[in-house]
Amino acid sequence: MEKTFRFKLNGKTVRLSSSPERMLLWVLRSDFELTGTKYSCGEGFCGACTVLVNNETVLSCQYPVQNVNGKEVMTIEGLAKNGNLHPLQTAFMQHNALQCGFCTPGMILGAYSLLLKNPQPSYREIVEALEGNLCRCSSYNRIIEAIQTTARTMKGLRS
Amino acid sequence: MKDDEYKLFEPGIDMDPGTIDRREFFKLMGGGIFILFSVGDPFALPRERRRRGYPQDFNAYLRIGEDGRVTCFSGKIEMGQGIHTSLAQMLAEELDVPLNTVDMVMGDTALCPWDAGTFGSRSTKYFGPPLRQAAAEARAVLIQLAAEHLRTPREKLKVKDGMISVKSNQKKKVSYAQLAKGKIIERHLEKKPPIKHYSKHAISGKPTNRLDSRQKVTGEAKFAGDIRLPGMLHARILRPPSHGAKLKSVDTSAAQKIKDIQIIQDEDKIAVLHKHRDVADKALGLIKAQFEPPEYKVDNKTIFKHLKDSASGGQSVAEAGNLDEGKSLASQTFEKAYFNHYVAHAPSENHTAVVKIEGDKATVWASTQAPFRAQGEIAGVLGFSPQNVRVITPFVGCGFGGKNSGRQIVEAARLAKLSGKPVQVAWSRKEEFFYDTFRPAAVIEIRSGLNSSNQIVFWEYHNYFAGSRSSQPFYNIPHHQVLSYGRRGGRGSGGVSVHPFGVGAWRGPGSNTNVFAIESHIDVMAEGAGMDPLEFRMKNLTDKRMQRVLTAAAEKFGRSFSKAPSGKGYGIACTDYLGTYLATMAEVKVDEKKGEIRVERVVCAQDTGEVINPEGTRMQIEGCIIMGLGYVLTEEIRFKGGRILDENFDTYETPRFSWLPKIETVLVDNPEMAPQGCGEPAITSVGGVIANAVYDAIGVRMLMLPMTPARIKEALKIKEK
Ligand code: FES
Ligand code: FES
Repeated sequence: MEKTFRFKLNGKTVRLSSSPERMLLWVLRSDFELTGTKYSCGEGFCGACTVLVNNETVLSCQYPVQNVNGKEVMTIEGLAKNGNLHPLQTAFMQHNALQCGFCTPGMILGAYSLLLKNPQPSYREIVEALEGNLCRCSSYNRIIEAIQTTARTMKGLRS
Repeated sequence: MKDDEYKLFEPGIDMDPGTIDRREFFKLMGGGIFILFSVGDPFALPRERRRRGYPQDFNAYLRIGEDGRVTCFSGKIEMGQGIHTSLAQMLAEELDVPLNTVDMVMGDTALCPWDAGTFGSRSTKYFGPPLRQAAAEARAVLIQLAAEHLRTPREKLKVKDGMISVKSNQKKKVSYAQLAKGKIIERHLEKKPPIKHYSKHAISGKPTNRLDSRQKVTGEAKFAGDIRLPGMLHARILRPPSHGAKLKSVDTSAAQKIKDIQIIQDEDKIAVLHKHRDVADKALGLIKAQFEPPEYKVDNKTIFKHLKDSASGGQSVAEAGNLDEGKSLASQTFEKAYFNHYVAHAPSENHTAVVKIEGDKATVWASTQAPFRAQGEIAGVLGFSPQNVRVITPFVGCGFGGKNSGRQIVEAARLAKLSGKPVQVAWSRKEEFFYDTFRPAAVIEIRSGLNSSNQIVFWEYHNYFAGSRSSQPFYNIPHHQVLSYGRRGGRGSGGVSVHPFGVGAWRGPGSNTNVFAIESHIDVMAEGAGMDPLEFRMKNLTDKRMQRVLTAAAEKFGRSFSKAPSGKGYGIACTDYLGTYLATMAEVKVDEKKGEIRVERVVCAQDTGEVINPEGTRMQIEGCIIMGLGYVLTEEIRFKGGRILDENFDTYETPRFSWLPKIETVLVDNPEMAPQGCGEPAITSVGGVIANAVYDAIGVRMLMLPMTPARIKEALKIKEK
């Protein structure tokens, strides 16, 4: 049975008719053609599909679309504003905190949500927050550095 | 398509399936300006001689646009290793243009020069020289044109940032773009211009941030699965539960009820197609099928015996002197066997392909390390001429040797033909583990001996199915023999394999296993000699480059060894990977109760010849070390015959944030030597260095990878007895 859902997607109100149990990942990638959110393990084990719902990270491959009704969804495409990169994005670039870049959207959104809650996270806190995000290229050390740099330069995130 | 028929990649059998002709190329590129240049006339070469190698015609490598931007064409692909940046640096350096004016076009069979594929840390080493030469020739032609334009002799001109000016009068100048303006220019040089000496480099050799990172932090970077075409369908394919299982019966009636679903039977393959991937997933789940799996003969407990039983006719990889004589000189002998299990590539991006067919032409977007091979393969599958198949390689999410074969591309091509629609096949993680070409399980047996002055006098090395890379001794051993059983890791030819599933090249193929065995065994002998492992290595080496990397690593690491078990856990290992030399040192802690190894610190010193992008090289070394911890500590494919028991990252554990050691890299300066590879070398030393550090910490010699907690505890128990 299809139902209509309304939610905010990267700041714009959208409407979608869909069966309620479809996973948000596929709705984003197919229906909205927002392909920055990646499919990798499909079962909640890797974090590549991480997006934000009301500023909290969710694994979109495990998150039915009915749960976003009335909420705010942000994907990697919504992070830069008017072509201006978010400081986290710039820091990832400066530290070369990526190789193939496939895990990167999930990493950045995971870091974003962490910094919203905890603007000055310790090394341990960064590791704990991102422990579920895998990077097969193993850019882990540089990702941590990029987040530390962002925390140092930003002193708290605006959303 | 029959499941068992797919022919896996074998290096060395590729031919250029058909390079596009010049006119066709110009058409594809749209407008723009070309300066055609050549030494002699490469087009006079018979076509045969232009095959299977990089083109002589250097126009194939670069184009100078009307707007002054330079496009670099490479049949290589970018999967994270960073050549998108380092190739651009090489081109910009030689052509004298700013790095940010270079655009890369990679892995597009219609636009790029033929290439066998991106593997074996070869991109800079083999593609680099012709690219540099092409840029140098383009630059020389441009200077010639400028000399005419400015009516000034060539010697009185200088070039900077794509601008040619008169040395004595900077105002008299002309840009590359102006020279090219409005016409196609064809020029011939009398002789090849030299390429720049490294001491003149201003772009190459300088630490440079990745040029592809902006696209990758914004989500704009496209991977094959991100391609969206009008009318495109997502296909999911019914898979057998194990390799070799035969389909007995199938009931698709429930799946058929899904709105807009298309079901296609292609020989013994059944596919469901829908415009939404998740709906296709759902339909696939509704298919009831019965398979008959073959009886299984081997699993990960019995595999090593199976491998040894299957081996015959060892091939000599290296030999010197006479083993019997060596044995007679030995005052101490050592004998050990080393083992490693199957390891998955587990790329971030699963194998994916999109195929669109229009008339007798096909366009393919694929996550592949070998687009030209895919072009030939798809042409064969569709019955098209290779020129009519264009393979485009978007960014690839990891490869590590796992994306040399293109089974998913063939599947998408066949389904596109049968459905009449563009089709995307993106494997699930389970399919990724099932069809992966694993790094082969292997056994290495070593017998060796020392004379009374602690020199290695003989070395007898039997390698079962690892593959022979990095197994030639670089220590001074007067009497040695290295035998390898099972060519190319036992993949065999004609589909005969000792392995119950596909195996193939895995980042540093062969070497990971060989270096683990060799460097573990060197430490075994060092202990027998009562010597510090570093000192023992130095004593048995005369290779200056190896001594240099060992010294560099030890200086950075900052300690000498004490006798094991010291409780501290320091290890060392070194190797020569296809011309790149490196030494790694590590510090570990072992929790004896839990059997857990914690790697605290790793130092790696690497001499890779001339370095194009020091920042990129460091990233590769760091990535190698962390990724290496996976196959050393946890990664092992569990299986029963052709059934793969690990299907996702819940049971197949790869490194994550909490594993991270402190990593320090030392780039040992050696610019006189041509650039060597750097995407793989450092990963090959991780087994040896960690095994040696663990021995140092707890006095237990780990002979099998991965060194799981269960194996550590088991080994400790045996030691106590
Ligand atoms: S794809 Fe969702 S967690 Fe891996
Ligand atoms: S950058 Fe490749 S998986 Fe993280």
